[in-house]
Amino acid sequence: MKQDLSVFVRHRDGDVAGMELAVDGIRCAGCMQAIESGLSREADILSARVNLALKRVTVEWREGALRPETVIERLSKLGFKAYPFLPAADRDGASNGEKRLLRCLGVAGFAAMNIMLLSVSVWSGNNSDISPVTRDFFHWLSALLALPTAAYAGRPFFESALRALRAGAVNMDVPITLGVVLALGMSVVETWNHAEHAYFDGAVMLLFFLLIGRYLDELMRRRTRDLAGNLAALKAETATRLSANGETVVVPIAAISRGDLVLVRPGERVSVDGMVESGASDIDQSLVTGETAPISVVSGASVYAGTVNLSGALTVRVAAAGGGTLLDEIDRLMAQAVESRSRYVRLSDRAARLYAPLVHATALATFLGWIAFGLGWQQALIIAITVLIITCPCALGLAIPAVQVVAASALFRQKVMLKEGGALERLAEADTVVFDKTGTLTLPDPALVNAASIAPEVLRMAGSLAAASRHPLARPIALAAGNLPPIEGVREHHGLGLSALCDGAEMRLGSVAFCDAEAAAAPVAAAFPTASLIAWRHGEASAVFAVDQELRPDAEACVQALAALGLRVLILSGDRASAVAPMAARLGIADYKADLRPDEKLSELDRLAAQGCKVLMVGDGLNDAPALAKAHVSISPISATHLAQASADIVFLGDSLAPVASSIRTARQARKLMLENLWFAVLYNAIAVPVAIAGLATPLVAAAAMSGSSLIVTLNALRAARRSGASR
Amino acid sequence: MNILVILFPLALGLGLVGLLAFFWCMRTGQFADLEGPGWRALQDDDLPRSPGPSADTAGSQTEIP
Repeated sequence: MKQDLSVFVRHRDGDVAGMELAVDGIRCAGCMQAIESGLSREADILSARVNLALKRVTVEWREGALRPETVIERLSKLGFKAYPFLPAADRDGASNGEKRLLRCLGVAGFAAMNIMLLSVSVWSGNNSDISPVTRDFFHWLSALLALPTAAYAGRPFFESALRALRAGAVNMDVPITLGVVLALGMSVVETWNHAEHAYFDGAVMLLFFLLIGRYLDELMRRRTRDLAGNLAALKAETATRLSANGETVVVPIAAISRGDLVLVRPGERVSVDGMVESGASDIDQSLVTGETAPISVVSGASVYAGTVNLSGALTVRVAAAGGGTLLDEIDRLMAQAVESRSRYVRLSDRAARLYAPLVHATALATFLGWIAFGLGWQQALIIAITVLIITCPCALGLAIPAVQVVAASALFRQKVMLKEGGALERLAEADTVVFDKTGTLTLPDPALVNAASIAPEVLRMAGSLAAASRHPLARPIALAAGNLPPIEGVREHHGLGLSALCDGAEMRLGSVAFCDAEAAAAPVAAAFPTASLIAWRHGEASAVFAVDQELRPDAEACVQALAALGLRVLILSGDRASAVAPMAARLGIADYKADLRPDEKLSELDRLAAQGCKVLMVGDGLNDAPALAKAHVSISPISATHLAQASADIVFLGDSLAPVASSIRTARQARKLMLENLWFAVLYNAIAVPVAIAGLATPLVAAAAMSGSSLIVTLNALRAARRSGASR
Repeated sequence: MNILVILFPLALGLGLVGLLAFFWCMRTGQFADLEGPGWRALQDDDLPRSPGPSADTAGSQTEIP
C-alpha cells in the first residue's frame, strides 16, 4: 500500500526539507544519543536533533534526497516508533504571545534591578546627608528607566484592562493599570517639585512580579498544548484516500479535506465524519453512542469518526476531517475558555470583582478624609495614590497562577493533563461523579472473559484461526492466544464466521449457529449474560468463547476512593439495562440509568444541577460530549473520541481509573492553597492599608511589603506539589 | 561624587548587556529544551568513532591504575 506523508514536510531555503516527529519512548540521554548518532550516520540526512523536554526529533535532509517515510523506517530500525507531527498554524501565534511576555519580563526585571539600585541609595541618603541635587538626579534617572519600561512591559495589563472596560466589566488589570499609571504620574510631578519620595521603584517592581504570574499561567497552557500535540501525533490516524483515477493512497488524517472520497475496509476504524457513497456494512458505534449492538448502514447514511466498520467495504464522502482534530479542538476550546469564561467565574475574577471597587473607594475616602482634616489637596492626593500603590494586587496576581502551575505539574507527573487552570477550581467543588459505562468504566477494547475454562490447545487453534480476521470479536481471541501467526487457507463467510481445513477436518470459528454449538453455548450464556458468544468447532470438538467489555482493572478501587472522598457516584449509560445492571452491582453503585440518548443524559445532568449538585462527568463517547461540556467539570480517558476529549476539561492517560480520584485530591489541595493565598492577601492589606492611609507608606515600606508578600504567596504555592507527592 | 559619572553608566551598561544576552538566548531557542543539552554535554561524540577510539579508550583504561 502506497503511503504519502508529504503533508508533514516543511520546505526551507537552500533546498533543505525538514520534518518534526513525536517519538514514543524517548526517556533518557541514552535514547537521545542513539537517535541522533544513528540518524546522522546516514549520508542523506543533514541533521537530527532531539528535544528531550518535548520528546520530539527534528530531522532535516536535502530536498529530494529521501522520502519522509524512510526517516520513520530508520527510526524504527533504531528501535523507536516515530510519528510525524504537524506544527499547527496557530501554535506559532501562541508561542509568539509567550515570547512577548518573556521579553516584557526581561525588560521589567532589568529596569526593576537598576531602579532599585538608585532607590536604595536615595533611601539611605535620606537618613544621612544626601544633597537635594543628587537626589533629584537619581529620581530623574529612575524616571528615565521606569517610563519606557512601563510603556513596554505594562502593555499586557493595559490592553487587558481596556478590553475589560470596553466590555463594561472590571478585572484585576484595571486596578493594576490605574495604580501603575497614577504612581508614575505622581512620581514625575513629585520629582519636578524636588520632593523626598518617588515611587518609580514600586511601580516597576509591581509590573515585574505580576508579569511572573502571567508568564507562569502561559507556561502551563503551553505545556498542555505540547503534550496534546504529541498525543495527537501518536494516535497516527490515517485514512485510505481514493483518487480520481481509482488509485488508493494511505494518507495521514491531516491531509484529508472535505469532499475527498475515503475507502474504509471491514475491520477498520472510520477516521472521518461523512456520508456513505457506496457499499453496505454493519457499523459498531459503541464509541459514539455507547450502544454495543451494531447497526447496518447503506449508501446515504452518515458515519462518524471513531466507529468500527465490521462487515463490508464502504466508500465515504468526507464531511469533516482535519479541522476536527484533537489539537485544533483543544486549542479552539482553550481560546474560548480564555475569552468568554461564561460558564464559571474563576476565583481570581471573583476576587477582582470584590477587590477593585473596594480599593478605589478606600483611596477616594482617604483623599476626601485628608482634605476634611485640612491637608492641602496635593498632599491628600499623594497619600491617596500611595494607598492605590500599596493595595495593588501584587500577591493576588501570583496567588492563583502559582498554585495552578505547581498543581498542574504534579498532575502531569501522574499522567493527567489539565486543559485550563480554572478546571482545578471546578474539580475541587465537585460533589457528584457521573460515569459513562462503555469505554470509561470498561476498557475501550473487548476481551475474552472465560479464558480460564478453555483448554490451552483449543485456545491455540482458535487463536490462529482468529488471527486471519480483522473482525472486532475475533481480535480478542487472537490476542488471548498470544497473537499466533494465522493458519493458511482461511475462508471468511460473510456474517457467519471463518473456516479452514486443519488436520483433515474443517475447523470453524463464528456465530453459535454457524458452528452448531447451541448445547455448549447455553451454560456460557448463563454465566456471562452480557457477553457476545463466539463458537469454535473442529470435527467433534467444540468450545464457546465469551467476549465482553471488561471493567478497568481498578474501577472498584476508584469508586471506593471516590466514596471515601465524600462524592456520590452514578452511572448514566447509553447501553441497554441488562448490560449496565451487573456492572453497577459489581462496583456497588446503586444509582444507575441505562438506555439514555445524549439529550436524555443532558436532561439528567440538568436535573442534578437543579438539585444543587456540582457534577463531575467522566465519559469518552461522542454521545457523552454534550454532557461533558454541560457538566460542572469533566474528565475523559485518552482513548476517548476527539469530540469527547475536546469537551472535557481534563484528559488522563493509561488504563487505570486512579487519576480520577487522585486529581480530585490534588484539586482540593490546590483550592485550599489558593484560598489560603487569597486570605493572606487580605491580611496583608489589613496591615498595609492603615499604614498607607496614615500617610506613612514611604517607597521603602511599599517595596518591602510588595516583595515580602509575593515571596510568601509563592512559597505557599510550592506546597501544592509537595503534599500531593507525599500522599501517593 | 564625580565617580557617579562613571559608575552609573557602567551599572546601566552591564544591566543592558545582561538584557541583550537574555534576548539573544530567546531568539536562538536556548530555552526550547531545558533537559537535553545538559545530557548532551556528557556525550563523547566528538571523539573519533569505531575501530580507532576503541584502542584509544583501552589505552586510557590501562593508564588509570
